[in-house]
Amino acid sequence: MNMKKRILALCMAGLMAVGVLAGCSNNGDGADNTGSPDPSQSQSQPADLSGSVTTLGSTSMDSVMNTLAEQFGLDNPGVTVSVEGGGSSAGVEAASNGTADIGLASRALKDEEKEQGLVETVLALDGIAIIVNADNGVADLTVEQIASIFTGEVTNWSELGGSDLEIACYGREAGSGTRDGFESITGTEDTCVLDQELTSTGAVIEAVRSNPNAIGYASLSAVEGQEGIKAITVGGVECSEATVLDGTYQIQRPFVLVTKEGVDLTPAAQAFFDWATSAAAADLIRSAGAVPVAE
Amino acid sequence: MENEKILAQMPDQTKEERAVKGASALTRLKNRFGLHTARDVLEFSVHGFFFLCGFLAVACVLFISVYLVVSGLPAMLEIGVADFLLGDTWTARQGQFGILPFILTSVAGTGGAILIGVPVGVLTAMFLAKVANNKVAAVIRSAVSLLAGIPSVVYGLVGMVVLVPAVQQAFGLSSGANLLSAIVVLAVMILPSIINVAETSLRAVPKEYEEASLALGATHIETIFRVSLPAARSGVATSIVLGVGRAIGEAMAIIMVSGNVANMPGSLFTPVRFLTTAITSEMNYAPAGSLWKESLFSIGLVLFLFIMLINVILNVFIKNKKEG
Repeated sequence: MNMKKRILALCMAGLMAVGVLAGCSNNGDGADNTGSPDPSQSQSQPADLSGSVTTLGSTSMDSVMNTLAEQFGLDNPGVTVSVEGGGSSAGVEAASNGTADIGLASRALKDEEKEQGLVETVLALDGIAIIVNADNGVADLTVEQIASIFTGEVTNWSELGGSDLEIACYGREAGSGTRDGFESITGTEDTCVLDQELTSTGAVIEAVRSNPNAIGYASLSAVEGQEGIKAITVGGVECSEATVLDGTYQIQRPFVLVTKEGVDLTPAAQAFFDWATSAAAADLIRSAGAVPVAE
Repeated sequence: MENEKILAQMPDQTKEERAVKGASALTRLKNRFGLHTARDVLEFSVHGFFFLCGFLAVACVLFISVYLVVSGLPAMLEIGVADFLLGDTWTARQGQFGILPFILTSVAGTGGAILIGVPVGVLTAMFLAKVANNKVAAVIRSAVSLLAGIPSVVYGLVGMVVLVPAVQQAFGLSSGANLLSAIVVLAVMILPSIINVAETSLRAVPKEYEEASLALGATHIETIFRVSLPAARSGVATSIVLGVGRAIGEAMAIIMVSGNVANMPGSLFTPVRFLTTAITSEMNYAPAGSLWKESLFSIGLVLFLFIMLINVILNVFIKNKKEG
């Protein structure tokens, strides 16, 4: 019995020693990491940031937020930024009741939401490209024409100057941020008559590519450089970063960081917020496919 | 407890005596379960482990059933059972929760798949069991088992890339993702279960039946249709019910070819949404705790009841088979 106890005690002591050593090595690594980043980064960020930042909301903002969160985590090893989905409304709610540090919404705040003391900060702009098959002869549509296609008033491409083909409308499933953005901008909320609801941006592009009758919508970033489809001009304005930024391209929406007035962010969250909305993050936002607004 | 009481009534017992009592109680327990040797103990504990494994399955089924009812029923009651089951509009964001389109689509899709899959499957089974020579049968049989092993998402992918454009071309439609495409995919998917079960039951028909028929002057094919098939009918029926079960529970393959729009299945060329795909396509988006999310669980409950019903029917067939 005594022998067993002794062995157990030895084992425990051994484990503790390993734990202590591991702790040492971790600390060493940490010191190395905070020492190495280039001076411009370490000057703009306080070095002793720690904790976690939770962001929650629009799934359309996933790629932008994940890119930002990853880089911020690298610059500040003590901070983890989590990005959760749930949709714009969930993001607004999370900012309102404090379940997340920063809410994410891929639309401007409504008036009643602003009355609740919520503050919107535009992080980036997202252009929604209207895409058709590369063989489609139609190159330009107005927002009204696009709306009438998706509500089923116009059913043949010949009515719009194209060849005699029936129009197939491809959209996203209810709840998708892109669908929400498209329908709210074109004023077709819940009146769209779709031929297929797809569950991802990639699937919409794939479906449009394989069907000469098709029209669909997808984020500007996802459409660039795709073969077999083309983004049509809307009211004569091409869908590009420049036209989204100057506001001439009409089918666009803001990516908004939602915070609550009078509620102080944690130091880590405040640092993330400041960095994300600064010019330093612009290239990252661009690489994630949205159009940054910070100069 | 009782032991302690007894011990309390005998205060003058020494510790040693109590220990002996305890040991004899253990021995009595051992004897009761017939555990005389170490081998018996091992045997007993392995039995116990097997029982636990078996019980795990039962526990899972019970848990899922109870969970579905608990999470699905409140929303159904809040919406109103009749409005929920018979409502013809599903726009969850506007608070319209009618799942009749999904129910009818699942029924129509499964029915269509059975209409195509059963004749093809049963005839294949007849061919394999009664007509084909061994080499041909072996090739077909391994092809069928490969078909059963293909993941459903691959069926969906091939359907989306090959079948959907083909349907669009063949019928001059604007879009090929519709009920017809889903039926074709489902029909192919249920073939393996129909063929396997039907073939087994056709093989089990006693040779004497067929020999008697042939001796009476019937041709080989007449014998298969008039004697073998009726004799194997309960097995064939079982295969059909299995096919229905597979078809009605399928989601991944058909979400990619059915169009996934909540329409009434008005014609073969309507883009439609099934019970299964209604859950998968909106589960990511519905906010937690909302009526929308809860109603998706209610759809799950309805689907569960459908599958339970099919299982009951299946059991009836299997029982009949044993009796007949």
